[in-house]
Parts: sequence; C-alpha cells; structure tokens
Amino acid sequence: MTDTLLPVDAYLVESLPEIWFGAVLFALGMYVVLDGFDFGIGMLYATRTDERERETFLAAFGPVWDANEVWVVAFGTMLLAAFPRVYSRLLADNYLLALGFVVALVFRGLGPELREQRDDERWKRYTDYAFISGSVFAPLLLGMLAGRWLFGEATLPVALTGVGLVAVSIVTGAAFLAAKTEPGLASELRAYGIGATVAYLGGVVVLLGTVVLTDGGGAADAVLSLPVAAVVALSVTVGLSGSVLARRGRYRAWLASALALPTLLTVLVAILLYPTIYPPTGLLVREAVVSPLALNLVTVLGFPVLVLVLWYFKFLYGVFSGPIEGEGYEG
Amino acid sequence: MSPITLLGAIDPGLVTFLSPELASRMQFGWTISVHIIFASLSIGLAPFIIYFTWKDVRTNERRYARLRSFWVKVFAAGFVMGTVTGIPMSFQFGTNFPQFAEVAGELIGGPLAFEAKMAFFLEAVFLGVLLYGRDRVKDRTYVISSVLVGFGAWLSGFWILIVNAWMQTPRGYEMVTRNGMEIAKLTDPFAAFFTPRMPWMYVHMMNASVISVALLVAGVSAYIVWKKPDAEAWNTALKLAVVLLIVSAPFQAVHGDAYGRHVADTQPQKFAAMEAHYETGQADLHLLAVPKSPEALTDPRAENLVTVSLPAVGSFLASGGDFDAEVIGLNEYDENPPVALVFWSFRFMVGLGFLFIGLALWGGFLMYRGRLADSTRYLKAMIAASPFGYAALLTGWYVTEIGRQPWVIQGELKTSEAVSSTLTGAEATLTLVAFVVLYVGLMLTALYILKWLVREELRSLGVRESSGGRWHGPIPWVSSDD
Repeated sequence: MTDTLLPVDAYLVESLPEIWFGAVLFALGMYVVLDGFDFGIGMLYATRTDERERETFLAAFGPVWDANEVWVVAFGTMLLAAFPRVYSRLLADNYLLALGFVVALVFRGLGPELREQRDDERWKRYTDYAFISGSVFAPLLLGMLAGRWLFGEATLPVALTGVGLVAVSIVTGAAFLAAKTEPGLASELRAYGIGATVAYLGGVVVLLGTVVLTDGGGAADAVLSLPVAAVVALSVTVGLSGSVLARRGRYRAWLASALALPTLLTVLVAILLYPTIYPPTGLLVREAVVSPLALNLVTVLGFPVLVLVLWYFKFLYGVFSGPIEGEGYEG
Repeated sequence: MSPITLLGAIDPGLVTFLSPELASRMQFGWTISVHIIFASLSIGLAPFIIYFTWKDVRTNERRYARLRSFWVKVFAAGFVMGTVTGIPMSFQFGTNFPQFAEVAGELIGGPLAFEAKMAFFLEAVFLGVLLYGRDRVKDRTYVISSVLVGFGAWLSGFWILIVNAWMQTPRGYEMVTRNGMEIAKLTDPFAAFFTPRMPWMYVHMMNASVISVALLVAGVSAYIVWKKPDAEAWNTALKLAVVLLIVSAPFQAVHGDAYGRHVADTQPQKFAAMEAHYETGQADLHLLAVPKSPEALTDPRAENLVTVSLPAVGSFLASGGDFDAEVIGLNEYDENPPVALVFWSFRFMVGLGFLFIGLALWGGFLMYRGRLADSTRYLKAMIAASPFGYAALLTGWYVTEIGRQPWVIQGELKTSEAVSSTLTGAEATLTLVAFVVLYVGLMLTALYILKWLVREELRSLGVRESSGGRWHGPIPWVSSDD
C-alpha cells in the first residue's frame, strides 16, 4: 500500500531534506516572532505600576500566548521527526539550558493565570514576579541555546545571542502593545521599543564582530559572507525605519517592521547553520535527515496541517484584533 | 561551576547524587505523572464542555450557562497546567534519553509532530476563542470552537498513544546502522502506527479519563448540591456525571479483562510481574493480597504475602478460558521490572475500578428511586471518591510503564542504554529536585484554583460561608473554611 502512495527509497522531491531544514527553522521563527512579543509584554509589564495598565497588558497577552507557545513544541517535534540526531544532541549537550528554558516557560505561563485567583496585594506581587522573571529568562535561555547550537562552546557569542533575543522581544512586545492600546500609553512604550531596537542592532553587530575576531565556534567564515551582510543590512534598515514610524505614531506599520526583526534573525540562524545542521560536530543536513519513507510520510501528513494551523492563527488574531477593551484578563 | 559541584569539591561526602539513569527515570516518571493528570482532565472534560456549550447556546437556560462557564474555567486552568507541564515532556526525550530519541526518531518523531500540529494547536487556538470570545463570535462558531477543543484533546491522546503503544509492541521498522549507530528505520508506517497495543491502549485510556473526570464532576456537584440542595444546575451536572459513570465504569472492567489477555500474549514478562508469578506453569489469580509485614510491601519480589487466590484462574484469564494454560514466569528472564511496584499498582487500579462500579450502581439505584440528591451518604461518598479516578489512572500507567522495564522499547532498547551519556549525576539530581519542588507547587496551585472556583460558585448561589454543615474530609479543595 505504502509503495504506491509514498516512495520508500527516494524523497518525494530531491530537495526534501533541505525543505525540512527550512520547515524546522520556519517553526522556530514562528515561535520567536509570536512568543517573542509575549515575552516582550512580560518584560514591559515590569515598567508598569498602575493596576489598570497591567491589566491591559494581560488582556493583550491572555487569548494568544498559549497558542503562540505551542510553536516551540512544533519546532521540537519537527526537529525530532526530521533530524533526530540534532534534536538529541542539541538538548542533551545543553541539559541545564534546555530545562532552564522550559522551567522559565512554566513561571511565565502560570503567573498571569494565578494572578486572577486572589485579590490580595502580596499574591499579585508574587505572581507578577513569576510572570516577569519567566518572560526575561525564557528568551535569554532560548537565545543562549540557539547560541550554543551555532557557536558551540564560545562563551561571549552564546551570551550575546541570549541578550539579543531578549532585546528583540522587547521591540516586538512594545510594538504589539502600542498597536493595541491608547495613545498615551503607546508613546511611553515606543521609547522602550526604540531603545531596544538600537540595543538589538548594536548587539547583533557586536556579536558577529566577536565571532569574526575570535572565530567563535569556527563560524567566522560563515559570518563573512554576502547573505549574512545582506540580512544585517536589512535588519538595520528595517529597525531604523520602524523606529521612525513609531515616532510618527504609525504603530501598526511599526508592528509590521518590528515583527520583521526576529524573522530576519531566524533567517540569519538558518544561513549560519547551512549546510551543516549541528555545527559543533559538523553534522550535515543530509547526514542527519531521516530515511526517505519517514520524511515523505511526515511531509504528506504534516504539511497540509501546517497550512491549516496558519489559518487557525489568522482566525484567532482576527477574532482578537483591534484595540484592547476595558475588560480584565478573564474577559 | 554550579553551587552543588562546588560543595562537592569542598568535601565529596557532603553531596551524593543519584545516578543519571535513576534520576532521569524518576524525573520522567514524576513529570509525566503530573502532566497526565492535566492531559486526561482535558480529555475527560471534553464531552462535558461540548454538551454544556451546546445546551447553553441551544436552550439559553441559565443552568447550562452556569455549568459551561464553570467547567470551561476548570478546563482552561487545566489546559494551562497541561501546556506548561507538556513542554518539558517533549524536551526530556532529548535532554535525558537522547539515545532513545535517536534510535526511535523515525518512528516516534512523526506522531509527536502530528500531535503538536494537528491537536495541540487546535486546542490552544480554539480555547482562546472559547474563553474570551463569547461576545466576539457567532453562536455557531462558539459551539464549533468547543467541539474543536474537545476533538483536539482526543486527537492529542491518539498520537501520543501511538508512540507509547509502539514502545510496548514495536512494529513496522528494521534496525539499520546510520552514523555509526543502530537505529530503527521506518519500513511500514501503517504497521508502526497501528500496533497491536494501540486500540487497547486508546480505548482504555480515553475511558479512564472519562471515568476520572466523571468522578471529579460528580464530587464537585455533590458538594455544591449538599451545600445548596436546590442548585438546579448542579443537580443536572451530578446526574449527568453519574450516568456517564454507569456506562464507563463497568465497561472499563470488561475491557480491562480482555486487555489483560492481550498483555499476556504480547508482553508475558509484564503479565508475570502483574501477578508476581515466578515459576512458569499454571498461574493463580491473587484476588486479595495483604503483606505479612510492612517490609513485604516494598519487597521487590512481592513475596511474603497472605493472598486470597483463585487457583489456576490466572491461567484462565491469560489464555481466555484454559485453566491449565502455561503462564511464563519471571524466573525465565535475566532482568525483571520492579515486581512489587507493578504488582501493587495493578491491584490498586483494579480495586478502585470495582469501587467505581459500586458507586455507579449505587447512584443508578438512587436515581431510579428519584433520590439521588437526597442521599447525604451518597453525596459524601462521591465527594470522597472524587480524586480516586486519577489514582486509578496513574497506577494503571505505572503497571504499563514500569512493567515494561528494563526495556524502553520492548525487546529492542533498554532504558539504561537510552540515557544520556553526557549527563552527570549532579545535573540530573538538580533538575529532578527542581521539578519535584516546582510541580508540587503546581499541583497545590491547581487544587487551590479548583477550591477557589467552587467557593465563588457557592457564593454566587447565595451560600454563606458559615451556613450548613461542614466537610471535614481529607480533601482540601472541597472544604469551605478558609
């Protein structure tokens, strides 16, 4: 039966392993973009002391964060399905980072959920700590995990990747909130957003400079290439023009350009990886990929669903589009 | 250098760590135990949520709106817990058992990815609509959202159990060498997904989830009805839960009996451990087992017991009707699972199963007489029984998973070979302790949320905190005194 439906010894298309490399990074990109602004909301939340403003932030976060977070599971399981060795090595070699990241996600997810359960100042303070610290540590540790994936043991580039993901999450979080809140609050948020944009762009340049100068993780050659230069130039252009849009109060346009930054960051990760998929051991995409039948199967069953999932998200964000209403988190 | 290794460097005697293997197994066992409670909460609540939402939209009756709103909140809290505890599960295959992930990647990666894409997203997205979107979408879209959330939960179980069933009765693969390692290569997707165990496991687990949640719903309803007998909505919910229990509890026993025969055929070692059967030959069925001393309870061989046994009935059950059938004993194997854990877990699960049948029949009798809500004794019994569905569900899984040891993939890969070779005892112990602390807090929080929701519900029904009798039972979340 399977012979006629699915080729056993050949990939459905010759470049299927490369397509899956792209698909796995696409899922990572979706996660970094979508949950990234959730992290940003959590970090900017720390700058608010007014209860109503805090509730506005939580109302923006409430309906979407859980669905956003699922992208990290999609990323992990797609990596396992297509490149099991990479999944195994990446997580086993970075044991504490990986589990630290998921623990941060636990705190981030539970904080707002618990906050509602009791009307008590101290309780709210503790649950807010959980929300904020989870929102800082999750992108930091995930960024460091990505740094270890790209640069192996090189300490400074790994740390900078973590900080970079934190900064870019603040940018998208600020832009997302600015597009959904009233003008007074939005203008305060854009100051943070613009500051974080500058920090992020500076961080990327310093990171890549460090890698070139110290040949961190042997990635210097990969960095000194035309595609990397193009992505960096594009990021700077997008980041700066986004900041200009923010200053002019065009927040929806700013949001669009802000979301392009983590997207470009993921593209950068893809460029630095390829054609290897696990630089620390020099493992190539073609060496790590599963056999044709297994990959064909997950393609045929999985790709249509991926399209459906994108439609769900369009629907979800459609239902909850527009400015946040006065109501609290529980709606 | 972490504080713990520093401490160890000062004086190695200060810290002793668990072995990476033991710590990893304990951590996986602990985290999955907590996760599965929330996962099965979603599965078991799904039919309730769909029914209440549909009735609410259809009839516009207040009682259904009340029940929908209450149980959607429970579902949502459970789903958040399920998400935050589920993500560590999908990571631990890599962090703690990378050899397993690599050997089985072609077989388990697909179903796990389908679970995320087909089921998890469906639940998460439409739960957002169900929770926050009542006034933002049309009635019909709202009902469909509830169906999609419920369907997502059941589909999620389907893909996850495909993975687990494959680990019990692996099919559809061949072992090949890749990158210098023996790995399982997928050769027949249909055989690999629909293994002999899969239908047994799926039916048993889905029904177990329904039983667990029916008991939970019945317990909460009984408590509220007991406090406020004319609470119309909660009389409805109690009846519904008891009806569901009348159907599901006896079914589980009949199904479980046949399932046991299937296990005897496909995993004789596990079956022998369930009955602590050592010598190959005729097997007795131990109806009741009482340890002769406290030590006997933890005796790894589950011997030294006073048992009420039916001679040869073990053979009868294993073979489906032959009293003389030979049942393979544990002495045939070089390495056995921890027999005591499997033996006692199995007895615990079966005993509870019969208790649930008793409660269901009792409830059915009262309902027939039209006195369900009047019997304080029954209400109290249901309140006390509310957590035991989960106890049975967990012990059932202990039989399945611990009973498979020493294998992680039956007959193919041992758990000891699957553990990360780069993991240190210090790291593994550290994260184990962290997960224990974190998840204990999480469980207490979940109970607290349920208790808080019940209290709010009572308040909105006009029950004053001090009025009526008080429950002094062992279950914290149903007491109203705080």
